[in-house]
Amino acid sequence: MTVQTKVILAVCYIILAPVVIGLLDGFDRKISARMQGRKGPSVLQPFYDLKKLFEKEALCANRAQLFLIRSYLMFIMLSGVLFFAGYDLLLVVFALSTSAVFLILAATSTHSPFSSQGTHRELAQIMACEPMELLVAVGFYLATVPRTFNVEFISKSFSPNIIYLPGFFIGFVFILTIKFRKSPFDISTSHHAHQEVVKGVTAEMVGREYALVTLAEWYESAVLYGIVGLFFMSRNPFSIVYAIIAILVVWFLEIVIDNTSARVKWQLMLKLAWGVTIIAAGMNLFLLEIIRSNIR
Amino acid sequence: MEALVTALICLPFLWAIFPAVIHNSKCRAFFVYLGCGIIMVLSVYTAVQWYLSGGQPLNFSLPYQETFDHVYLAGDIFLMCLIIYLSFKYKKYIISVLAVVGTLVPAFLEVWGPEIKEVPTMRFDWLTFVMVIIIGVVGTLIGIYAVGYMHGYHIHHHKELKDRRSFFLAMVFVFYGAMFGLVSSASLTSMYFFWEITSVTSFLLIGYTRTQEAIDNSFRALWMNLLGGCGIATAITVGYLWFDTVNLFEFLRLVKISPDSVKCLLPIIVLAFAALTKSAQFPFSGWLLGAMVAPTPSSALLHSATMVKAGVYLLIRLSPAMADNYVGNMVALIGGFTFLVSSCLAISASDGKKVLAYSTISNLGLIVACTGCGYEETLWAALFLVIFHAVSKSMLFQCVGAIENTTGSRDIEDMQGLMTIFPKLAFILLVGIAGMFLAPFGMLISKWAALKAFIDTHSAYVSTLMIVFICFGSATTMFYWTKWMSKIIGVSPREQSRDLTKKNEYISMFFHAIMMVALILGFPWLSKTILKPLSKEMFGAVEQVISYENIIIMIVLLVGVFVVPIVNFIGTKNKKARTVLTYMGGANAGDNMSFISATGEPKEMHIANFYMQDVMGEKSLFKPAIVVSSFIIIVYLIIVIGGAF
Repeated sequence: MTVQTKVILAVCYIILAPVVIGLLDGFDRKISARMQGRKGPSVLQPFYDLKKLFEKEALCANRAQLFLIRSYLMFIMLSGVLFFAGYDLLLVVFALSTSAVFLILAATSTHSPFSSQGTHRELAQIMACEPMELLVAVGFYLATVPRTFNVEFISKSFSPNIIYLPGFFIGFVFILTIKFRKSPFDISTSHHAHQEVVKGVTAEMVGREYALVTLAEWYESAVLYGIVGLFFMSRNPFSIVYAIIAILVVWFLEIVIDNTSARVKWQLMLKLAWGVTIIAAGMNLFLLEIIRSNIR
Repeated sequence: MEALVTALICLPFLWAIFPAVIHNSKCRAFFVYLGCGIIMVLSVYTAVQWYLSGGQPLNFSLPYQETFDHVYLAGDIFLMCLIIYLSFKYKKYIISVLAVVGTLVPAFLEVWGPEIKEVPTMRFDWLTFVMVIIIGVVGTLIGIYAVGYMHGYHIHHHKELKDRRSFFLAMVFVFYGAMFGLVSSASLTSMYFFWEITSVTSFLLIGYTRTQEAIDNSFRALWMNLLGGCGIATAITVGYLWFDTVNLFEFLRLVKISPDSVKCLLPIIVLAFAALTKSAQFPFSGWLLGAMVAPTPSSALLHSATMVKAGVYLLIRLSPAMADNYVGNMVALIGGFTFLVSSCLAISASDGKKVLAYSTISNLGLIVACTGCGYEETLWAALFLVIFHAVSKSMLFQCVGAIENTTGSRDIEDMQGLMTIFPKLAFILLVGIAGMFLAPFGMLISKWAALKAFIDTHSAYVSTLMIVFICFGSATTMFYWTKWMSKIIGVSPREQSRDLTKKNEYISMFFHAIMMVALILGFPWLSKTILKPLSKEMFGAVEQVISYENIIIMIVLLVGVFVVPIVNFIGTKNKKARTVLTYMGGANAGDNMSFISATGEPKEMHIANFYMQDVMGEKSLFKPAIVVSSFIIIVYLIIVIGGAF
């Protein structure tokens, strides 16, 4: 890829990611509503929400929030740019986890009971997911010939990497449920935990600040869906179609999980996430290593 | 050069006499500052002089080598007698056995053993260069900090304790001398002598307060380090009996010539064992945790520039001989395991110093794992970790010490909103923490290189285990640092009060902070001018460890960690936003600190972090970790020792 293509891809990500993910979110609400026997809002509702938030009066509980939230957004965008422009996958993961620190600091700077409680659950949640994210990068590295963390080369490998990485894929889809704040109902900013943690990490964020956090989450989702797609990418130009189909399937699967497992708690989440990571991804990793050492 | 290095080793030992005999506080402080200044200048001058003369490894013997050999021998015997005396005095008899065996066997061989061929006993190369600068700069800054801290320690906080500052400061100087000697020794005999000095000195420093706890912990440190010392003694013995040499580099050469010979691995594995005890890896982590009872400067000294770095230094030296063999596998597994377990343990700790201690062990685990892997990439990562860890850990310890002196507590729960009451201290703490896990350390470059290298390790099971260790360990590391950071930022329930931190303490801490930022900005330069020749010297090949493109991205990320928040901070400074109360279900009592309780009275609200005591606590993790790690070490020792005979 030339530098120009990279720049174009990066710009496309910055512009298109919120549109696409916002739409997916809108359809998500619609489908969920239908599953629950409701009519549901318009598919454009997420955008209306965002617009409304931007127009609200600027309020904050602690001024430190202002710059921390912007830093959070910037780091997520940076990691997305690194990913879609085809740079190093491991660095993408590192940038994502760095960004999370800023969100957490923004939340705790308020000394609010609900937001602090949410923060600690958010931290537990990051701890549950991070090993899997790193392992996915390792998996791609091992599966691609020649070995590389470079997203561009991984996406042009000889055959789709899913063949070598089924365990990693299962593990990754599992943690996506948590990442998209779908399943454990009592984790921070979950769509469901109104009673217990109010809105978790975002409990003290209103108006423009909350809009920025929402936007950042959309950008993050784009990267995560991108990684899902990467499992199916190969030299074959049609592979991009498979990748899109896979993303849509995973997206639908998450909606189903959301609507069927409404009462999972965070303690169970931590155990399950680490368990699945060790079993699915760990076994897959070990097998890859064995195959590799036999070839040598 | 020879004269300079000799001076560098001897001067601190001699200078230690000044603080030891001068009891006037002002006068002694002057001599300590002067001594620290001279040593700092001398160490940097020596290093620069060597660099300017071409940066070639320099093998040499000390002037009057014969005399020095006698001094080493006499010194070993003296240390042994001292340990025997103290262990009888405090009824820890078993320790004297370790001292006797570890000293007399090599001493006997030296005097009556077979003649061995004469080779230069000292060596100054790139690794020595790096270590000399770390010890000379970071170490002496701790010395400067110690003067002010110990003053406050005795005058304000611990009036009940006997004032033994003279002794303390003298020991600090002895430590510098021993470390300089250790990193420039090529002969195991002299290295062993300096090694034992650091063991005994750290023992004396830990027992400084002479409380029962301090005495127990200091003896724990002593026996573990003496056990490690026995490893070196074994290597010396084997060298006399089998290999006709006691030169470290000869041992390394032998492994290179015949990589499949288990016999040649024997000295390497016992040396690695010694290094593992010194760098406080599991199962020997207990001593470094116990070292917390000592006053903060000695913790800073033990954790950052000296002591534990001696262990890591030796492992880095051995690294080329550990690639893909039993020794390397053992070291890598122990390191990776320690990295994961101690970061889990750090989650359950709320004492600031304890978190720092666990994080030291954890970080050292990563370094040790890197050296055990034995590739260029990992060595590169290990060195970066060593440099950055020395600076940031020294800074963090000093800062926590200053916070304790000022607020009377070093518990993380009590640091709520430190940013609003002591912004200067909080700022230093934040830079230190950000440096520990956001910037180059654990989080980024080194983990990046380490992961890559571990994937390429030959043995499939070691490789898999190491990857799992690192992935999970980095998640837990993130957890405990972030939760500490989140305590500092925010509002505080307490009023602003006087900052008791002394000026010289601030000088030392800010100097560290500046060094830290300079290191981050100068990291590509550092990599090119120092680490590249270093790995060329050790592996004989220069390879671009990390591609140019990725170096650029890393700089962007690193700078981003510091620049993005600052830019945003300035950008939002004048933004209009009405400050409102936080949500408390409508029960606010007028501010964010308290709420209206059920009785109708305002009540202060306490917000505490997660500690996960039941899962990650010492009770449930520490013992199993010791069992598992002991098992790993014993199995590998049996394999190698059994194979050698």
